Amino acid sequence: MTAPRPAHRSSGASRVAGVASALFGGGSATVFALLIVIFAGIFAMNPSFMEPPSLMAFIKNAAPLVVLAIGQYFVIVAGELDLSVGSLVGTQVVIAAALIDGEESRTGPVLLLMLVFGVLVGLVNGLITTVLKVHSLITTLGMMLVLYGANRLWTGGAPTGALSEAFRQPGRGGVEMPVVRLLPWSLLILVAVVIAAVVVMRRPYGRVLIAVGDNEQAAAFSGVRVWQVRTAAFVLSSVMATLAAVLIGGYAGVTAQVGEGLEFAAITAVVLGGVVLGGGRGTVIAAMAGALTVEALFTLFNQLSLPSTIRPAAQGLIIIAAVAYAARERSQPAPPVDDARPEPARS
Amino acid sequence: MSTTVDTATAMPSRRRRLGTTELVYMALLGVVVIGAVIVAISGGNLLSTANTVEMLSRSSLLGFVALGQTFVILCRSLDLSVGYVMALSSLIGATTMAGDPARIPLGIAAVVLVAGGIGLANGLIIAVLKVNPFITTLGMGLIIKGYLDTRYKGPAGAVPEAFRQFGYTRIGFVPLSAAVMLLAMAAGIAYLRTSRTGYHMYAVGGSEDVARLSGIRTGRVMITAHVLCSIAAGVAGLLIAARFGTGSALVYSSGYELDSIAAVVLGGTFLMGGRGGVAGTLAGVLILAELDTVFNVLQVDPFFKEVLRGVVIIAAVAIYARRQVERRATRARFGGDGDDGGTGPGRAPDRPPDSTAGGADGDQVVAGHGGDR
Repeated sequence: MTAPRPAHRSSGASRVAGVASALFGGGSATVFALLIVIFAGIFAMNPSFMEPPSLMAFIKNAAPLVVLAIGQYFVIVAGELDLSVGSLVGTQVVIAAALIDGEESRTGPVLLLMLVFGVLVGLVNGLITTVLKVHSLITTLGMMLVLYGANRLWTGGAPTGALSEAFRQPGRGGVEMPVVRLLPWSLLILVAVVIAAVVVMRRPYGRVLIAVGDNEQAAAFSGVRVWQVRTAAFVLSSVMATLAAVLIGGYAGVTAQVGEGLEFAAITAVVLGGVVLGGGRGTVIAAMAGALTVEALFTLFNQLSLPSTIRPAAQGLIIIAAVAYAARERSQPAPPVDDARPEPARS
Repeated sequence: MSTTVDTATAMPSRRRRLGTTELVYMALLGVVVIGAVIVAISGGNLLSTANTVEMLSRSSLLGFVALGQTFVILCRSLDLSVGYVMALSSLIGATTMAGDPARIPLGIAAVVLVAGGIGLANGLIIAVLKVNPFITTLGMGLIIKGYLDTRYKGPAGAVPEAFRQFGYTRIGFVPLSAAVMLLAMAAGIAYLRTSRTGYHMYAVGGSEDVARLSGIRTGRVMITAHVLCSIAAGVAGLLIAARFGTGSALVYSSGYELDSIAAVVLGGTFLMGGRGGVAGTLAGVLILAELDTVFNVLQVDPFFKEVLRGVVIIAAVAIYARRQVERRATRARFGGDGDDGGTGPGRAPDRPPDSTAGGADGDQVVAGHGGDR
């Protein structure tokens, strides 16, 4: 499924892309090429970007989206979609602020509570999708509305309370180091999450997850309990959203708008990484690279001092172009199907 | 043998498909009755003229968007750019008209042209470049958002008084906008049921590969659906301009794209394409509008409204999904019985004629390919 097919690659494609695709699997070469190009662009504009401190700042900024993209990857590769992560992040941050209320001693229990809440939301999403057979777009859209409404209803639009210093550490703190000055906790967390995700995808669970996304019926006939696998994917996504909430809460603090639009950013990142909506194809590393690319794009826009209003347009163009390029690459091995061919029968 | 099986499965499935639309209208009736009772208990009257007018004018805006969304969802596509198209259309309409009644047709033409162009671009990217519809329309929405934010700093343009009548006139208790929306819905039903492209939309949504092998130009169908969808969103944008008296970019943050998808799915149209119709969508739109009216009359907290809406949408779709699961289960059992009950071995001799026929079809297609290249 994710196996590279170097034999079918067109010789015209750039060498770098070919090597990258051999390393990381089919369809995801585009994102690595794009990431390199964008980083090169940033470096050309501002050579000091490659110095460790500013690189670390970039990582700290990008960490939440990478974590969210990894969570979204589990769901998307299983053939589903999770639109509720953005409002879940917002709700979790608000919960943390209201319950901790500045008391250091409450950090641990509240973190535990947030984890339980995240698992619960994932379970509800997963069970409604798998047992009640509601399409995940609708399930998670409904969950998004419910969480958004409940969040605003509870806080009245203005979150109260404050986060404790310990809670904010993972998002903005770090270890003092000689070279990079401050090695952020978020980088360590990120590395741990990525390693865990890669390991999970290599374990039987990960294989089964991809199989379910590729062909649900075939997986079911081979003895996979599809509903369990998919529900677990939703739980993983919600847990990742909880972790992202901790990182964002620490990094950016508490506002009513936390998490808005993150669901689309995460889905964009995953798809940019060559993971196919509909499931069964793509790697978690590529999804992570997709998230980094999205964040690097924003940094590049900053460097270019592009007016903030034009940014969405550039973002939209790049996403469509990148996915179109990846789709062209992917469809090459298969015999091309041309819609516009002249049919003998006009009827 | 195969024909008997076909009719045996086709008959109940047709009867049940009718049932789904009926179910949606029964749900609408239920919402109206329950809403009326609850409102009556709290001392109001849901069916009063004022409330009915409010419900209908609420529904007209979402109605246009959902009508267009129905076409693309039937094709197993999706349009997340409709909210931005609405905002852009309201601005283009208002600035082109510029308060001059003589320029009304020009304004409408400009909106239809621009919205149609956006739909064309969406359709082409999806059909030719094979980009996932979700990403295509999300990206297109971002592009339009960037343009809107850069070009327009606030409300722009002015709508002449004559055109504002589109937003405010009433015929009896039916607002003109709702009447136009109902006419558009009727046209949509007729289009899907009688036109060739309408039938092709169901075929493409059911299975694009099968549709293509049957000689349907799937790309064109997909593009048509997207053009219609964007034009419908453009009309909704014109309605906004008529109501506000000016064009406004802020409409895109109202979440019409997700609302319209919810309305379509609430109307019993299958999100994975090929099943459903405009009649159900109309009921879905009316259900959402009626719920909003009830919440408004009862003065429910606007945020609690969101929670309720989320729960209602999930619950309704869960009910339809149950029916679909039951139907699929029946069909699978039919197939399974046929395979297990002696036909399995008996089928092998049947196969050759079938497969040669298939082979001949395949040859034609391949020949078509060869000629093309």
